[in-house]
Amino acid sequence: MSAEQDQIIDQVTSGEYKYGFYTDIELETIPKGLNEDIVRMISLKKNEPEFLLELRLKAFRHWQTLKMPEWAHLTLPKINYQDIIYYAAPKQQAKYTNLDEVDPELLETFAKLGIPLDEQKHLAGVAVDAVMDSISVKTTFRESLAELGIIFCSFSEAVREQPDLIKKYMGSVVPYTDNYFAALNSAVFSDGSFCYIPKGVRCPMELSTYFRINAANTGQFERTLIVADDDSYVSYLEGCTAPQRDENQLHAAIVEIIAMDNAEVKYSTVQNWYPGDKNGKGGIYNFVTKRGICKGDNSKISWTQIETGSAITWKYPSCILKGDNTIGEFYSVAVTNNHQQADTGTKMIHIGKNSRSTIISKGISAGKSQNSYRGLVKVLKNADNVRNYTQCDSLLLGDQCGAHTFPYLEVDNDTAIIEHEATTSKIGEDQIFYCNQRGIDTESAIGLIINGYAKEVLNKLPMEFAVEAQKLLQISLEGSVG
Amino acid sequence: MLKITNLHAAIEGKEILKGIDLMVKPGEVHAIMGPNGSGKSTLAAVLAGRETFEVTQGEVTFQGIDVLVLSPEDRARMGLFLGFQYPVEIPGVSMVNFMKTAINEQRKFRKLEPLSASDFLKLMREKKEIVEITSNLTNRSVNEGFSGGEKKKNEIFQMAMLEPKLAILDETDSGLDIDALRIVANGVNKLRNRENATIVITHYQRLLDHIVPDYVHVLYKGKIIKSSGKELALELEEKGYDWLKELVD
Repeated sequence: MSAEQDQIIDQVTSGEYKYGFYTDIELETIPKGLNEDIVRMISLKKNEPEFLLELRLKAFRHWQTLKMPEWAHLTLPKINYQDIIYYAAPKQQAKYTNLDEVDPELLETFAKLGIPLDEQKHLAGVAVDAVMDSISVKTTFRESLAELGIIFCSFSEAVREQPDLIKKYMGSVVPYTDNYFAALNSAVFSDGSFCYIPKGVRCPMELSTYFRINAANTGQFERTLIVADDDSYVSYLEGCTAPQRDENQLHAAIVEIIAMDNAEVKYSTVQNWYPGDKNGKGGIYNFVTKRGICKGDNSKISWTQIETGSAITWKYPSCILKGDNTIGEFYSVAVTNNHQQADTGTKMIHIGKNSRSTIISKGISAGKSQNSYRGLVKVLKNADNVRNYTQCDSLLLGDQCGAHTFPYLEVDNDTAIIEHEATTSKIGEDQIFYCNQRGIDTESAIGLIINGYAKEVLNKLPMEFAVEAQKLLQISLEGSVG
Repeated sequence: MLKITNLHAAIEGKEILKGIDLMVKPGEVHAIMGPNGSGKSTLAAVLAGRETFEVTQGEVTFQGIDVLVLSPEDRARMGLFLGFQYPVEIPGVSMVNFMKTAINEQRKFRKLEPLSASDFLKLMREKKEIVEITSNLTNRSVNEGFSGGEKKKNEIFQMAMLEPKLAILDETDSGLDIDALRIVANGVNKLRNRENATIVITHYQRLLDHIVPDYVHVLYKGKIIKSSGKELALELEEKGYDWLKELVD
């Protein structure tokens, strides 16, 4: 049995990371290291208004007083923050308005990733903001969305064109004082996406940001800010990849979502950063703060994440359920393989009455990886009739990996109904043999079983992404991706 | 079609099959009977390629090809089907998806184009009738929450879908009530033709009232100790296995 298991694990861990290529493109970078001058330089490069520079400096000074958090179930290596380049951008004049102006190398890069920036060729119904290293390269469908009053652009453009909205909402959900990486991001963030859905508008297409780290020795620090005004709806997708390198690279992002009365925001992530090689060399350190606030009554925020990449993942997409009758959801599949480590989960903070939350977390561990779920359900004193349902499943492949669950409950209101279910299972050799006997080889069988296991979460993804994600799960376990 | 010569197999060093010889030709139905622990299920598992068993000696050819060196999936793709005594549950994987994957893998092996979604659904409807299966069974996850009878029907349904050359049915009758038994047996009978063959492994005579075998073999302590026509099954029903055991022990 164990010999066979080993063989199966061996078989499924012998693939390759598909997105590990590097685009040789002319870059504009700033010197390595982090100090106030660097922070000023980034701000200057981006022609920012004074208030932003001040915010950056405040964040930087605060960050200097902080220590890297160590509470996660992760073996964290020392990160030398002076050895990182905080700004790298493909050389270009300004933002491209016409595709003909875009460096063909860049277009090809995104085409290779399956993200054509040509609107004609693009998947119908998906608008993309493509971010490479520190800047947004191109945002598609901007004009047609603008006709509905929807603002969808890079963060830098939003700073220039919508300073009031940025001033009002940036940092309102994740202040720079929130945590170590939030402070770091607030000091050095370079670009990202901004989206505003006006009152009563249902965004007719999926909005998406595609993040690509390309340059070496560079960190990526982007911000996403989504504001859904009263009675609006938007579905947002995020994808990410990086070249295969021996050194580790840092990604520390912030995502903030604000949902006003009756608004609904659905945020889906397919995270496929380079996870490092089979021996644990290289890979992205992914330290991300994602949080949404259901500010208005009857609003809803739903996080769906498929986490397959990164050497280390530290990420807890959360919901502050401030309004009454609000709904927070978290659906997650986290796959770790080889030497990957993931500590991921969510926080549901119930403030409003009758607020409800659902947490479905599916961890899959293979190789020598460690996969942890960490979740907090907090019910405040005045939050009457809160409901939470948490389901936490772990699936193990082989006997060298680990799965851990850390649920936290803080309930200050007796009317709350909180349910928690957890299971741990292994892919059975008998399940694989059953598939084999029907003519399905072991790799496909594992893919089938994994996708079956993750189905509840995969079903929450928008159609186009669900198919991609299914393939990705299979590749992740076939390959060094995990 | 199938030729087994002096087959020995062991699990964790313990020999279970101790020299099996068997020849199955197209169009034939063979019944393998025998008391508990005689090696019936081991024989089925070894033929299907289960790696928990080690073949220590002997030969098995299927359609003239040595199958002992082939993976379980390649044996299946050549047309060898095993109806499981304990069908396995695969949560979250729909029967439709499972069957479609299986059929298209087998078609790929035979260098055929994959079935289109509409052709597949049509085939599924046709085959469901053979096994008198209700439609919601195929919409559920593979065997998940199925009753014992439903699981066995589902095995025959899969057999109907895959149209194997040789089907080995391992204790398909166990746990079935009389109606389910009739349905399963009818399914097997409808699928019989001159090109394919069936090996029915069973404990009891009653399945053989419905599926009439051409040959009956008695397996005991890892060996076939008696082979005869269908009348042997009746004799066993009446007299039990003891008189045969005495011949050996």
